[in-house]
Amino acid sequence: MTLTPTHEPPSDEVLREVALTRDEYHFATDLLDRPPNPVELGIIGGMWSEHCGYKHSRPLLGRLPSEAPHVLIGPGEENAGAVDIGHGLAIVMKVESHNHPSAVEPFQGAATGVGGILRDIFTMGARPIALLDSLRFGPLDDRRGRYLANGIVGGIGWYGNCMGVPTVGGEVQVSASYRGNPLVNAMCVGLLEHEQLTSAAASGAGNELILVGADTGRDGIHGATFASVDDPEASHRGVVQVGNPFMEKLLLEACLEVLQTTDAVLGLQDLGATGLTSSSVESAGRGGTGVVLHLEHVARRASGMTPYEVMLSESQERMLVVAARGRAHEVQRVFTKWGLHSDVIGQVTETGLLEVRDNGHAAATLPVTMLTDAPTYTYPVERPAYLDEVGSLDLDALPEPDDPTTAFLQLLASPNIASRRPIYRQYDHMVGANTVIAPGGDAALLRIKGTPMAVALSTDGNGRTTYLDPFVGGAAAIAESARNVSCTGARPLAFTNCLNFGSPEQPAAYYQLSRAIDGMAAAARALETPVISGNVSLYNESGGEAIWPTPVVGMLGVLDEAEWRCGMGFANDGDEIAVLGAGRPRLDGSEYLSIVHDRVAGQPEINLVDEVAVQRLVRELIAGRLLSSAHDCSDGGLAVALAESAFAGRCGVRASDLPMSGRLDQTLFGESQSRIVVSYPPLAGAAVAAAAATLSVPLTPVGTVGGNRLSIGPMDVSLARAEQVWSQGLELALAGQASPG
Amino acid sequence: MNAAVVVFPGSNCDADTLHVLSNVAGMHARYAWHADTALDDVDLVVLPGGFSHGDYLRTGAMAARAPVMTAVRDHAARGRPVLGICNGFQILLEAGLLPGAMLLNDSTQFRCEWTHLRVESTQTPCTSAAGNGQVLRLPIAHAEGNYVIDPDGLDQLHDHDRVVFRYVSPDGKRSAHANPNGAIDDIAGICNAARNVVGMMPHPERASEAALGGEDGRAIWDSLLAAAGA
Repeated sequence: MTLTPTHEPPSDEVLREVALTRDEYHFATDLLDRPPNPVELGIIGGMWSEHCGYKHSRPLLGRLPSEAPHVLIGPGEENAGAVDIGHGLAIVMKVESHNHPSAVEPFQGAATGVGGILRDIFTMGARPIALLDSLRFGPLDDRRGRYLANGIVGGIGWYGNCMGVPTVGGEVQVSASYRGNPLVNAMCVGLLEHEQLTSAAASGAGNELILVGADTGRDGIHGATFASVDDPEASHRGVVQVGNPFMEKLLLEACLEVLQTTDAVLGLQDLGATGLTSSSVESAGRGGTGVVLHLEHVARRASGMTPYEVMLSESQERMLVVAARGRAHEVQRVFTKWGLHSDVIGQVTETGLLEVRDNGHAAATLPVTMLTDAPTYTYPVERPAYLDEVGSLDLDALPEPDDPTTAFLQLLASPNIASRRPIYRQYDHMVGANTVIAPGGDAALLRIKGTPMAVALSTDGNGRTTYLDPFVGGAAAIAESARNVSCTGARPLAFTNCLNFGSPEQPAAYYQLSRAIDGMAAAARALETPVISGNVSLYNESGGEAIWPTPVVGMLGVLDEAEWRCGMGFANDGDEIAVLGAGRPRLDGSEYLSIVHDRVAGQPEINLVDEVAVQRLVRELIAGRLLSSAHDCSDGGLAVALAESAFAGRCGVRASDLPMSGRLDQTLFGESQSRIVVSYPPLAGAAVAAAAATLSVPLTPVGTVGGNRLSIGPMDVSLARAEQVWSQGLELALAGQASPG
Repeated sequence: MNAAVVVFPGSNCDADTLHVLSNVAGMHARYAWHADTALDDVDLVVLPGGFSHGDYLRTGAMAARAPVMTAVRDHAARGRPVLGICNGFQILLEAGLLPGAMLLNDSTQFRCEWTHLRVESTQTPCTSAAGNGQVLRLPIAHAEGNYVIDPDGLDQLHDHDRVVFRYVSPDGKRSAHANPNGAIDDIAGICNAARNVVGMMPHPERASEAALGGEDGRAIWDSLLAAAGA
């Protein structure tokens, strides 16, 4: 079947709509030896978008270490990565962004982000057991900022709650940098037995392609290309998909049941960005095959849809199933049981082509490899000038606060530090009956039924740190997520990541992306945690300004004995409190500097040797049952870390003889990587000190647990008052009310 | 004791409930499908939590009209115990097996958090082994648990000791602060006139193992086992 090359070269406007450059159009024409027709142009644009084709990030992502004996499926191979956790079990996980849709329609944008990542996990044959969400909002004193934040949280809860997958963790940070371009990174974790791992490959000519789930509508057309251009605010609502979590719940149960009850399913692939286009092309790409699609068999929810619209629709809650030739009915019978509509819409071929037919007419004929190998771009990595401006911090020019207690309460009330409960109580974090450490701790901990094990999960990423030093920020995202996991006692095993950056075509953003990946790679090597999956979200800009570069890392850890777990809350009056780690607190890039002095400046640091040592130490202490609590010392510094452990355990702190580390505000609120606040019974003190000495990790005694006050250095506040300020800070901010702090 | 956990499309606490009935309470538990028409082999029917039919139309409204509900009615009419948890409670209301209805929580938001319940009546199979006035710590997870009933209906509940659980503070006292959803009279659970059908919003299956933060939910299973043995 041939296509007559009668098409005029497309206008600039058409190319903009499909997000291709003129050069890419010519490149495609050369590869095809003819100009693509309009349907083909849309397919090429979708597949070559950053969202699907990783054309700017692919050359950089290869720097992340991705190999280890326990990695079963590495990045890019399937819809999500998989690692062996022992007992014949594997964890499948991935994080993905839905930033641009959430900027336009926060509730549905965030909800469908959750829906998409869930499908990526059960496509692998795994039952989703946990969701985490890494969120970045613009200032909440602004009406639109609150509308976006509340809508995003509401949408995440709506989808995850209905699905019955617990949302067990995540983080939230607020900064003017994200005004108009919030970040919504949803992570899903699934559990399965090794032999249940299912591929998304379309193999074996003659095998059948079944489309199941929702009907195909006009929603979300150009979602992928939309995510790959600047300024989401200039776009319109039509590109945002609308979710139906009930349909997805049926799909989940039906897909897992069909995998369990028949061997007729050879591959499963969800329909995500660019819908039928990428799902069919990627399946064929993995199988080294071709596919033919008969669009007249695709059930529609709108009349008069063109082949272009059917191929690029991003209607949610759809899956493509590859069934053995002649056995489609066995698969469809299970879908019918669950009330789902399904149709055979095509076959696997040996041609190596994506052949799209509409009532017998050829609508598109393109080589699969051309679509899966998007052209890639690399740019020179040049250190941008802004780094010199923001990199220096003159402490002498920075006044110390007259009353540190006021600054302390201001920090506790700030939306970046205050209790996250107003958000996570809107998420069902208990369904599944596995949640051992619920949201609010350093990492979530889920037991694995039928084994003594538990898995620990944490997401982390600090845009401010990465803005000040992209290498340190990238390394710190890995280090902190691993540290949070280690604080439960679990051993970090592997990570997934989402890279949220500005336009790679801008030199500063490209430098940030490149250096942040270098930092992540260095930390991942040091901590021996390979990457197993990920997602890239570029073009995060609003009004011409790039967001703070924000790498988000989702870390998985394994605790061999769930009973050994350690929490963050102080537990017993009289326990000794100490800081483990060599990190020296600095005001550079700290939350205190930002909130109290309204400045973003300085040079953050990380020492990966110290980081590895302190994490190993805390895990050894926990496995030795020596600790009552362990808590990462991060945003807000030592004073805030002590307060958080005090709130979690409902115990006061006696630390008025705090050892000074530089000036007072630096001691109280200075931040550094590689520090952990621990508490332990006095009788365990000698063993704790000996273990620290063996690993050459400095141990700094800070005080004792007890009473109903927070006495930290010269500060002395009642626990009840501090906790009230901390518990209400974010709730009031989300409601648009001033904090009492 | 033989138990069935009914699975409606969109149920999502079915597996948790089956796990606890089997592995914690030691019952012989199985699933029943919403299209099933017979439950003759079981002593206990549990309608689990979730979002049956997506909670579209009204929570529980479509599930209440599923074929299995005829079997549930027959089971109840024979005086055998039926427990509806969260969405299961909502389904029992829509099916008319319990009186009243649910509104959106007064916070207008979904709430997942620990609450304290006071056992107001031990004269049901679900509370027979609990102490009168005993305080149980159980979690909730719902958007529509704001129970309402007309004044006459409320009088009926009061007059016949049919309020089974109330939300209270940890010390067992009633307070507006302890009520997580605005439910009338702090009602968290009720029973029918024959006392064998119980609906409750909190999730005892999430509080039956120490590793998950509490075991107070066992009071419900212990009661059911005791009632069956009696």
